[in-house]
Amino acid sequence: MATKQKKTTSVEKKLISLADIVIAAADRSKDPTFAIPIRALSNVSFNERKGLIEMGSKKQARSFFNVGMAKKFMQTVLVADALSELQRADLTTSLREIYYRTKHTIQDSHENTFDTQDESDPVIEDLEVSLAALREELHVRAENSGSIVGPVVFGDDGDRVDCAKLGKGGYSVPSIVEPEYLEIRRCTADFLLLVEKGTQWNRLSEDKFWRRYNCVLLTGNGQPPRGVRRLARRLHEEHKLPVYVLVDNDPWGYYIYSVIKQGSINLAFESQRMAIPKAKFIGLSSADPERYELPRNVGIKLNEKDIARAKELMNYQWFQKPAWQAEIKRMLTSGLKYELDSLANKDFQYLTKKYLPRKLKEKDWID
Amino acid sequence: MAIARSVSKSASVAQPVSESAGPKKAAAKPVQQVTAAEMGARQREISVSEFFTKNRHLLGFDNPRKALLTCVKEAVDNALDACEEAGILPEVTVRLEVVSNGEPVAPSQASRFRITVTDNGPGIVRQHIPRIFAKLLYGSKFHRMRMSRGQQGIGISAAGMYGQLTTGKPVKIISRTGPKATAHYFEVQIDTKKNEPLVHENKQIEWSQPQGTQVAIEVEGKYQKGRASVDEWLEQTSIANPHVRLIYYPPEGEAKEYPRTYHELPPSPREIKPHPYGIEFGMLLKMLQDTKGHSVSGFLSADFCRVSPQLADEICKAAKVSPHMKPRDLKGPAAELLYQTIQNTKIMAPPTNCLSPIGERAILSGLYKQIKGEFYTAVSRPPAVYRGNPFIIEAGLAFGHRPEDQAKPKQPAMPKAEGEDDGTDSELARVIRYANRVPLLYQQSACSTFKAVLGTSWKNYGVTQSRGALPGGPMVIFVHMASVWVPFTSESKEAIADYDEIQKEITLALRECGRRLGLFLRRRERAASEFRRRNIFELYIEEVVEACNRLKGGTLAKEKLKAQLHKIATSRTGGLKTDEALGKTGAGPEGLPHSIIVTAEGVEGEIELATQVQASVVPAAPTTALSTAAPAAPKDKKGKASQTSLSADRGATDKKPKGKSAKPGKHAAPRGKK
Repeated sequence: MATKQKKTTSVEKKLISLADIVIAAADRSKDPTFAIPIRALSNVSFNERKGLIEMGSKKQARSFFNVGMAKKFMQTVLVADALSELQRADLTTSLREIYYRTKHTIQDSHENTFDTQDESDPVIEDLEVSLAALREELHVRAENSGSIVGPVVFGDDGDRVDCAKLGKGGYSVPSIVEPEYLEIRRCTADFLLLVEKGTQWNRLSEDKFWRRYNCVLLTGNGQPPRGVRRLARRLHEEHKLPVYVLVDNDPWGYYIYSVIKQGSINLAFESQRMAIPKAKFIGLSSADPERYELPRNVGIKLNEKDIARAKELMNYQWFQKPAWQAEIKRMLTSGLKYELDSLANKDFQYLTKKYLPRKLKEKDWID
Repeated sequence: MAIARSVSKSASVAQPVSESAGPKKAAAKPVQQVTAAEMGARQREISVSEFFTKNRHLLGFDNPRKALLTCVKEAVDNALDACEEAGILPEVTVRLEVVSNGEPVAPSQASRFRITVTDNGPGIVRQHIPRIFAKLLYGSKFHRMRMSRGQQGIGISAAGMYGQLTTGKPVKIISRTGPKATAHYFEVQIDTKKNEPLVHENKQIEWSQPQGTQVAIEVEGKYQKGRASVDEWLEQTSIANPHVRLIYYPPEGEAKEYPRTYHELPPSPREIKPHPYGIEFGMLLKMLQDTKGHSVSGFLSADFCRVSPQLADEICKAAKVSPHMKPRDLKGPAAELLYQTIQNTKIMAPPTNCLSPIGERAILSGLYKQIKGEFYTAVSRPPAVYRGNPFIIEAGLAFGHRPEDQAKPKQPAMPKAEGEDDGTDSELARVIRYANRVPLLYQQSACSTFKAVLGTSWKNYGVTQSRGALPGGPMVIFVHMASVWVPFTSESKEAIADYDEIQKEITLALRECGRRLGLFLRRRERAASEFRRRNIFELYIEEVVEACNRLKGGTLAKEKLKAQLHKIATSRTGGLKTDEALGKTGAGPEGLPHSIIVTAEGVEGEIELATQVQASVVPAAPTTALSTAAPAAPKDKKGKASQTSLSADRGATDKKPKGKSAKPGKHAAPRGKK
């Protein structure tokens, strides 16, 4: 408890420092300016040794007396104020609630401080980056949109959660899974399978795949939220579970895998904590349709967006391995993408009974 | 004809035919044969008036609502033409009354109206009165190449006949040619078979007016306000004719007065002879017969404009016609060759001093008087020629809302919810069209002017415009065509025909208006963005200071921080420079000739016009206290118009001129009222 109290104070101190910047600048008749690290491809680099995407040192100045930035500046101060309020009250909240908390009409005008949540979300990310504080430390929750099932036992708010005894629904992964909030009491699994889609996770859970292969099944329903990624990382780090990623065979699936493995461009500063450089891509690979004799008619034609995105991926530093270049090229040549669901064309339980067992047996994955 | 044949079926004519063809065939195919003699017997003259009774839609009497407007229009056109030709500043009273038998009827329900139009014109000589009002195609304007509202000599008598057809009532006329003359009262009807007037009543009466004419027609009609109504027509008339004082008594409600804002008569248009390029072959043949000239060359140089005796000889030579030949003897192929030769000869364009444009200043004045806007401009094009007829295109533009109107909707500052915006209105521009100063209300989309408006790229001038649509925004576009002969698409004179030359001139005029509007909009935008710049900071300082204070746990010296930030804000937004951009230093509308700009601070541009509007209130409504204090715009740094105002210092004097200019608007049905 003592450590937690100290941590809170440090975040709050950081938030208050923003007010000090304004006061100090005003004192010297200077334009108050915050330096905010740039969250874009131009400011990330791939650290090959660590296998992580790291954020560079480029910063952008956000000054008050600049027509283009004035509103953003004002919004930043408002959000900082709301976040410090959370700190003082020791509450956690959602992005949307922060939006509502900080939204009001500016006096004597019809202008709103924020018009949509799209304006407040990036400001929160800006603060995370510039204050070097994690979202969890800022007491902001992401949505719970992940599930886990398998031979693992958690301690959550003093409750014992045995994920092997939660039926086929599993345990809903909270958004904050730091050790203070979620304790991993026991884990006897051999590996962790991270599935892109909830439907496939349900299939595997229903078929008790995890029991037969002694693994943990985890899903993030699409691009996995921070909680899921952080939990996977903790299981990987603390219990040495190898991580396999099962996604659709399309550019977006590849990117989900890369985010799990190396971190995302937008939140590159959190890669340190979330990325799993040793994660493996188990499928669906562009080689699989041939190998598993999926008929051509269950494929979907790549659209222009898909093709553009695939080409973009090929240029990313972390997709430069020959195996990956070949993988993406093969997809582009075939002109088709395949969903995980298309495996059902062969049999409803094809994924559980044939596809994954063979993949694991043949160690058929890409690093 | 087909109907006529079948009607005469029972006639005995068919007998010989059926005999020869056999009864069977006749039964199968009852064809009626008519002999040439029979047919010839049925041929007879159709009087113009009869023709009209069957085809009244051609002249604008299609439906009761339009008929009412057409009657008013014809009477007012005649009144104005007469006044202007006589050199009198027109003063016209229009009275619309509901005619009911017994119970009073609401104007919107009524079906019969009495239209009374009174002018202060020269009056009409007694002998001419019956024929002017009760004989179709009788008039002074058809044969002259002279710019006037009326052209054909159909209008007023057609209106009278329409009244006669629908109500059976005669047209009642009072006319007096001068204070010393007696006033004559006539009741006339038209003999629709002979196209001759029937005089029912003719007497001398006492009339309060020293001079002028009054026409009263009772017609079947429908009174409805709004688009293409009598009210709109009169309002538009007043815009294009600011030299006219127009008083209108609508069937219900208060009388409206459109005051005179321009105190000069338009220069009287001169009559010209036809230009050789403008006539058809048939017309040439007719002229050859009717001419007073004794030789072809004399005929050419005397009966046409821009044909000198030398040129006439040249034409004759080229057409292989003896210049001394009698015009009457020139016929057939020789005449056709002459016609061709004339068309191929290079002849100077017709003189243009026969035209009387409204003038940029008068258009401005008219627009400013009737339309509440913040920007006005007007353009008169130099004369041009289509098919040998000279014409002038004038365009004007009024844009925006008056500053005081803008202020109104801002009052309820409701906090906006997500997804809500300012609710900007998607109003489209309004086009008002004129031919020889007469508003055109119908068939907008068939009109050359409207096509030119659509064809102009308004986007270039900072106005929105969807593909193939009118430009958006609070805007009135004014287009006037003045010509000795306006090419209408139909006899009812509703739309101007689409000649390339005309379209081109309209487009050029509109572009110039658009360019000035663009300049104005950019200037305003620049000022507004500077203003916004400064405003943004002022707005956000409060928020930032409050948030900082909360962050610091409420221990902040708020006022000090605020003052410091305000100081930075002012120094950052360029202080005085911004004021200049905002137009607060009183610089005039540079590069915007013939324009008026109305801002919250006052009027700039052609200020004399604006003040003229205010001055004219004095005679119109002398009781209005404010109207005596008519200071010119305080911004007028030239000081031209501001001398008179100094005496009348009532405290309200400096309260910007637009306060008063709104006054006449009140009497005169401002646009916003509808």
